[in-house]
Amino acid sequence: MTPLAIRHLTATSCIGHGLEPTLESLRAARSGLAPCAFETVTLDTCIGEVPGIDEVRLPAALRRFDCRNHRLAQLGLAADGFLDAVAACAGRWGRRRIGLFLGTSTSGMLETEVAYRQRDPKTGALPAALDYAGTHNPYSLAAFVRELLGLEGPAAAVSSACSSSAKVFGSARRMLAAGLIDAAVVGGVDSLCLTTLYGFHSLQLTSRGPCRPFDLERDGISIGEAAAFALIERAPESLDRDAILLLGVGESSDAYHMSSPHPEGRGARAAMLEALAAAGLPAQDIDYINLHGTGTASNDSAEASAVAAVFADCGRLVQASSTKGATGHTLGAAGALEAVICALSLRHGLLPGSPHTRHVAASLGFEYLLASRQRPIARAISNSFGFGGSNCALVLGRAQ
Amino acid sequence: MTAPMPSAYVQGIGLIGPGLTDWQSSARALAGEEAYSPRATTVPTPEGLPPAERRRIGTTVKLALGVAQQAVAAAGLDPGELLAVFSSSSGDGHICHEICETLASADRQLSPTRFHNSVHNAAAGYWSLATGSMAASTALCAYDGSFAAGLLEALVLVTVERLPVLLSAYETTYPEPLRAKRPVPDSFGMALVLTPTPAPDARARLAARLCDPGAPADRLADPRLEALRTAVPAARSLPLLRLLARGEPGEVVLDYIGEQRMAVQVRECR
Repeated sequence: MTPLAIRHLTATSCIGHGLEPTLESLRAARSGLAPCAFETVTLDTCIGEVPGIDEVRLPAALRRFDCRNHRLAQLGLAADGFLDAVAACAGRWGRRRIGLFLGTSTSGMLETEVAYRQRDPKTGALPAALDYAGTHNPYSLAAFVRELLGLEGPAAAVSSACSSSAKVFGSARRMLAAGLIDAAVVGGVDSLCLTTLYGFHSLQLTSRGPCRPFDLERDGISIGEAAAFALIERAPESLDRDAILLLGVGESSDAYHMSSPHPEGRGARAAMLEALAAAGLPAQDIDYINLHGTGTASNDSAEASAVAAVFADCGRLVQASSTKGATGHTLGAAGALEAVICALSLRHGLLPGSPHTRHVAASLGFEYLLASRQRPIARAISNSFGFGGSNCALVLGRAQ
Repeated sequence: MTAPMPSAYVQGIGLIGPGLTDWQSSARALAGEEAYSPRATTVPTPEGLPPAERRRIGTTVKLALGVAQQAVAAAGLDPGELLAVFSSSSGDGHICHEICETLASADRQLSPTRFHNSVHNAAAGYWSLATGSMAASTALCAYDGSFAAGLLEALVLVTVERLPVLLSAYETTYPEPLRAKRPVPDSFGMALVLTPTPAPDARARLAARLCDPGAPADRLADPRLEALRTAVPAARSLPLLRLLARGEPGEVVLDYIGEQRMAVQVRECR
């Protein structure tokens, strides 16, 4: 594929509101996970909660979108001058020439969960105040952000569970290639809700303590929440040396099971190979892998097999880590959040460590980074895999 | 400057809705050549899934796979060759209701199967299980514009990747109390197999563009079909299906996101 320029980025998660605090947390391998005291949840698990969401106020004209998820979206968009960057981009290309593709798994589902506790005792009706189109529906996230940013180009929500906000880069890439748009805002927003907390618990996939990706004693995920965005354009003729490029996107399906990965990571391997092929790069040109690394026994071992197969002939062990011990698993926002983390890695020569992970298998087929390292790198790959066997890998690089 | 229009050839069509059991038997009613008589939608159980998986799926996945299998069979293509776009406004409303009810009760223990079937991409996941296809798929939502958004994504995929693409657009109902918030009256699904080059029996060539603001969406003359179109997001495809049923060239304007519309040009292949 033709490389695309990632013109602007921002991320908000439990390790920081905006890029600077996020980078500082990654450098220090600091975790934002803490015991769960969210809403009325009584589960013995840790979560990655973003502080300050309750204090966010949506503009009066957009009040119908008010919910935790879209407050988090607005909080995230307010960081790093992202709103100004989009406004400048709209000035350059026109509002109708900017696409908007956002990933989410549960959108503002929390509103409906709470509304079900407030049903009319006689009729069973939900409270009149519940706005389904503005909060619950997966597209409501994109509808809100589209109005907030004043965009009028093609838009959609991608909701493919935990690969959602990686796959939005693919949608944007194709719309740019087809000439339908000149720029795209992509990203993901997912927020804490009871469906995912109790749902992953029902599958016995939540860890009691903070998650320990790739640890020999890992015992599940810690659910987090995040808002992460990127502004993408076609790459101009000449680029600054610190410009970040999207070099490749690879997507595949496992065709194996709805909630368990193929044991050898068949679909994960296909996604990585396709992303490398799209980038026109051999595996040995990758300096760092941001692993999906959720911290469940089966996910991490499947991904380990897939990575070992793809990077088998590199002549060295490629360095890799999962950053979910820091941020938690932010589900539909994970792809975009970890793409931003890869961009920070490329820009600042930072290979993030893996807080809470202590002991990893000796023969992983790659070097798993426990502590953060400083080393200039040129190219990174980010993995995102979800329920339904939906896989996506992104290759990012620094302009040379 | 004319904006480029993503385009593709229609190689197969699937259709399940109220009084509509498949494309073949529905085309005359859609074309206005015989009366449309709505009956409650019956959704068949799709083929290809192992018995354990077949027992786990609800109406939404059955509908999405049902129309997909019709379209792929009509196209005479191997499903493993197809990229896939699944587009729906709501996913499975009954699972959503059951989860919310459980979470509002004293015992919040959810069914694990219900939870993993609640994801918006459940249909895409079961499609890959039923067909064994490892090809990429996506799962989109654009509220009432979910059909047009899915069609645009599929046309762009064909145009850019030069590969055949399956589009499955589907919608099922919510039970009360969510039904009062999102009153979808009955299930409706449609699927298209779209290809970059025409096979000898290709039906038509489609090309899409976003309309200038203010363009109204095409309506249907039959009041019952028009009611279906406005009530079910996937049925926003009906003006396009009508043109395809008539086998005539032309242009239809479909509801897209918010107040925006998308125009689809239909050219005959024969």
